[in-house]
Amino acid sequence: MIPAAFEYYRPKDMAGVLSLLDEHGDDARVMAGGHSLIPMMKLRLADVPHLIDLQDVGGMSDIAVTAENICIGAMVTQADIIDHHGLAKAAPILREAALQIADPQVRYMGTVGGNVANGDPGNDMPGLMQCVDATFTVVGPEGEREIAARDFYEAAYMTAREDDEVLTSVTIPLPKGGYAYEKQKRKIGDYATAAAAVQIVKDGGTCSSAAIAMTNLSDTPVYSEAAGAALVGTQVDAAAVAAAMTAMLADIDPTEDNRGPIAFKKHVAGVILRRAIERAWSRA
Amino acid sequence: MSKKMHIKLNVNGKEEEFLAEPRELLIYTLRERLNITGPHIGCETSHCGACTVTINGKSVKSCTMFVAQADRADITTIEGIGGPDALHPLQEAFKEHHGLQCGYCTPGMITRATKLLEENPNPTEEEIRFGMAGNICRCTGYQNIVKSIQAAAAEMSAAKEAAE
Repeated sequence: MIPAAFEYYRPKDMAGVLSLLDEHGDDARVMAGGHSLIPMMKLRLADVPHLIDLQDVGGMSDIAVTAENICIGAMVTQADIIDHHGLAKAAPILREAALQIADPQVRYMGTVGGNVANGDPGNDMPGLMQCVDATFTVVGPEGEREIAARDFYEAAYMTAREDDEVLTSVTIPLPKGGYAYEKQKRKIGDYATAAAAVQIVKDGGTCSSAAIAMTNLSDTPVYSEAAGAALVGTQVDAAAVAAAMTAMLADIDPTEDNRGPIAFKKHVAGVILRRAIERAWSRA
Repeated sequence: MSKKMHIKLNVNGKEEEFLAEPRELLIYTLRERLNITGPHIGCETSHCGACTVTINGKSVKSCTMFVAQADRADITTIEGIGGPDALHPLQEAFKEHHGLQCGYCTPGMITRATKLLEENPNPTEEEIRFGMAGNICRCTGYQNIVKSIQAAAAEMSAAKEAAE
């Protein structure tokens, strides 16, 4: 497999990246680990005349955990997430999700920034980031701006990031309560047939807040506010879980593909969400 | 055609320098340009792991990296792990425990396993299966691959203890 020819750049700093983006416009793409973009280029589904490799830019490979939040640089890999003890303690849902992404070789290369910025509905991090209410920082010719993960995804591969902007980091308020990232996939390395990210806070025996997001069940990740609301104020009993499942099913819009017909995907989405809620609640 | 780049690689301890188009996939650089044919092409879609090499300390599927990305990197292939005259304990164990049948996936398996054992010298069976999940074998059913890695881990730990 031979991708179309391209010019390759490895700038040493973000100013260099931005000036290349300015010069080449739509014809330029930035690349982090490349494990989404390179397969697309090999299949000639992505045509990238000017490829900007971010590996030498620096300053985007740190994970910082403070008393208020977590900041993850865009070049942090899935393997880095899995190995970071402070992060695993502060936000264990990230590690649980990262362990379910692809395989070891891909996790050494695949980055958080690439995963969230790519806009592929099959990627796991976007739904996860919506669940934990992350904010993405992007930098462009006008400087930096922040975009909430819940507002970032517009359609498949279409996001609120402009073509001349680069996503540089992800900031997450410290998650509270119980968590689960539950994923059904056909085999290692496959995208989810359905996946659910759940974060639940228990107060006494009652759910005081719940955030639920679903992966690969629409052309964007789906943050289901209604599904979370269905759990709040309940003891997360069978009736409440069923109500959350019903609310979630009204928010997703899966399409038929080689992972199955729509009815099957909805069935799997329900099962996965129930398991995720039960596990998150048991940990709350 | 895009302009060629001056590429420098260190492969198995040897410096290599050449001109290449940036789009050249690293697996082709290794096999066709440098004649290092241990890493195999299985699926060419980053699923099977037959092309696994170690790049700057990471297990990487070399079908999913452009040679331009690898410029100035240190690369280890199966040829750099051990040879007929001095087999690596993993190679010895795969031979001893029948960890291969057709052998096509084996260079990728062993290259990946070296890194796995470096990170986790005494893995459980579950950890081995999880850590080797990016490498597909269509012959063995994996049982003997797991056994081989367990045996090599035991052998390497014993050798390390003896050395201390």
